[in-house]
Amino acid sequence: MASLSIRQIRKVYTNGVEVLKGIDIEVQDGQFLILVGGSGSGKSTLLNMIAGLESVTSGEIRIGERIVNELQPKDRDIAMVFQSYALYPSMTVRQNIAFGLGVKKVPRAEQDEIVERVAQTLQITHLLDRRPAQLSGGQRQRVAMGRAIARKPALFLFDEPLSNLDAKLRVEMRAEIKRLHQRLKSTIVYVTHDQIEAMTMGDLIAVMKDGVVQQLGTPQDIYDNPANLFVAGFIGSPSMNFIKAELGVDQAGAPFIALDNAGRPMRLALPFAAAALSAYVGKTVILGIRPEQITDLGTAHGEAGQELHCLIDLVEPTGPDTLLTTTLNGTAVTCRAHPREAVLPGHSMALAFNLSKATLFDPESGQRIA
Amino acid sequence: MKSMTPARFILYLLLALFMLYYIAPLYVMVSTSFKTLDEIRSGNLLSLPHAINGAAWQRAWSSACTGTTCEGLQPFFWNSIKMVLPAVGISTLLGAFNGYVFAHWRFRGSEWLFTGLLVGCFIPFQVVLLPMAGLLGQFGLANTTVGLVFVHVVYGTAFTTLFFRNYYVGVPEELIKAARIDGAGFFLIFRKVVLPISGPIFVVCIIWQFTQIWNDFLFGVVFASGEAQPITVGLNNLVNTSTGVQEHNVNMAAAIIAALPTLLVYLVAGRYFVRGLTAGAVKG
Repeated sequence: MASLSIRQIRKVYTNGVEVLKGIDIEVQDGQFLILVGGSGSGKSTLLNMIAGLESVTSGEIRIGERIVNELQPKDRDIAMVFQSYALYPSMTVRQNIAFGLGVKKVPRAEQDEIVERVAQTLQITHLLDRRPAQLSGGQRQRVAMGRAIARKPALFLFDEPLSNLDAKLRVEMRAEIKRLHQRLKSTIVYVTHDQIEAMTMGDLIAVMKDGVVQQLGTPQDIYDNPANLFVAGFIGSPSMNFIKAELGVDQAGAPFIALDNAGRPMRLALPFAAAALSAYVGKTVILGIRPEQITDLGTAHGEAGQELHCLIDLVEPTGPDTLLTTTLNGTAVTCRAHPREAVLPGHSMALAFNLSKATLFDPESGQRIA
Repeated sequence: MKSMTPARFILYLLLALFMLYYIAPLYVMVSTSFKTLDEIRSGNLLSLPHAINGAAWQRAWSSACTGTTCEGLQPFFWNSIKMVLPAVGISTLLGAFNGYVFAHWRFRGSEWLFTGLLVGCFIPFQVVLLPMAGLLGQFGLANTTVGLVFVHVVYGTAFTTLFFRNYYVGVPEELIKAARIDGAGFFLIFRKVVLPISGPIFVVCIIWQFTQIWNDFLFGVVFASGEAQPITVGLNNLVNTSTGVQEHNVNMAAAIIAALPTLLVYLVAGRYFVRGLTAGAVKG
C-alpha cells in the first residue's frame, strides 16, 4: 500500500515530440485512479513511466515516500496487468503466478501457499496446471490479475485490461476488479479509453488529451462539472448535447439562450447570474446539456423545467429509456424520455428542459464559462 | 471423396509426371550404387540391379582412393560431423541471443547494426576468402576444423540473427515488460520466457545452418587441407581420383553417403521447417 504522487511529469521523445506536458496527479493510499483518454492522449505513456518501462524526461514520480524516477521496474514495488494479459506461454498458470515470487527468491513452500490463496481469491484453482493457450479470455484475465496480486505490490497498474474481452464479460470483470479493490484496499492506477469503465470504477478520474490532464476529479464531479468541452463530450453516454446559440439578457437582466426550434425563435432562461456572463452577452456560446436533462413532462414531474414543443426526428429505445432526437439551432439534440411517453418520428411532443445543471462553453477556447 | 473429373485426372497425371521427373536422379543414383561395374557397362541406366550388391558402398565408405590415401569417405565424414555440430550449435545460439537483443532491447544504433548484419547475408563467399585466410593464419587456425567452425559461425550468424530477430519481433513486447516488472533481468527473461517459446525457429535455423555448412565446398576446400577436410571435399577428391576406370557405382554410393545427413535432418524436422518459416514470415 502506498500513495502515488506525480509532479510536473514531462516526456519528450528523441525526435522532439512532446507526449506529456507537465502532469500533476496526487493519489492517496488505497485510491483507485483512472487515466482516461483517446489514443495519443499520453495515458499509456504515463502508466509506463510509473512502471519504470519508459524514462522520465523531467519531473518527479513518488511511490510512497520514495522518488522512483531512476529505479528499475522490479525495484518499484509495483505489479502490472496488461491488455494482452502477457502470460508466459510456456508456463502453467501456477508457474505464471509464482514466477515473480521465484525471482524474488521466496521459499518454495511459501510460494505454493501464496499461489493457492491467490487462486482461491480469483476462483482459478482448477486452472492451475493449465497453460495460457488452454484458457479463455476471461480466465487469462484472472490469471494476469493473480500474477499481480501474488506479489503484494504497493501499487497496481492496469493497462486497458478489459479491452480484449467481449461486452458481457467486460461488465462482469469490471465489477470483479472493483470488488477486489474494495477487499485489498490497494492503490490502483487504471488506464482505459472507455468512459463507462472510468465512471464506474474510479475514485478519481484524470481525463487526458494531447499529453495534458484536462480535468482531475471524482467521477460525479467530472460528470456534473466538466472543465471544458472535451471533458464534457468525452464523459457520459450518450454524450452531452452541444448547442451553439446566442447569449442574451432580457429586460429584467436575466440571461437566456436564443433558440431556433424548427423555424420558431424561442428562449431558454439560464439559471446563472448575469454579471458573470456579461462579457459574452450578444455573442455565440455553446450550451452544454445532458440528454437526461431534457425529458418528457411526466418524468420531469416536480423538477424545475422549461417546456418546449419539439419535432422528434429519431426514436431509439434502449429498454429503460428511449432516446429521442430533435433539432435545435441546426444541431441534433438527444433527449432521454420514458418509453411510454415517446412519440413516433415526425411528431411533436412537449419536452422539459432542466437547465439547473446546464453548462456554457466559450466556442473558441472550449473552456467552461458557467 | 471428389469424383474424378477429366481436369482432375490431368492434374494428377501432371503431378505424377513431375514426381517421376524429380525422383529419377535419386533412383538412378541408388540403383547404380548397388550394381556391379560390369552390369553398369552392359546394362541400361534405368534398369534395376540384378542383385543387391553392397560392395560399392563398402568401397565408398572405407577403401576408395581420395588422392593419395585410400580410406574412403569415412575420415571426411567424421571431419564434417566434428565441424557441423559445433558450427550449427554456436551460430544458432548466437543468432537467438542477437535476435532477442535486436527485437526487444533496442539501443542507440541497433538498427544500423542490424542492417549491417543483413548486408552480411549478401556478401558472396568468394569475397571473404582472402581476408579470412589471412585472419585464420594469424590466429593459427589455418587448415583446422576449429578454423572451419569459426568461418561458418561468422558467416552463419548473419542469417541466424535475421531468423531469430524476425521471429522474436512477433513475441509481444508486453511479455518482456511483464517479466521485467516481475523482477527478471535480461538473461533470466531470455532463458525462462523467450527460449522456451523458440522451438519452431530453432528447427528452421538448425536445418538451414546444417544444410549450408554440411554442403559447403568452397570454405572446406580453401581453409582445410588433409586432416580436416570435410566430406564435400572428400567426395570431390574421390570422384576425381582416376585409377583408369570410373567406378560409377562407388561414386554414386559416395554421393549418397555425403547427402544422407541433410536428407535425414529434412525428414525428421521438415514438417517444422515449413511451419516455422511461415510463422516467422507472418509475424515478422
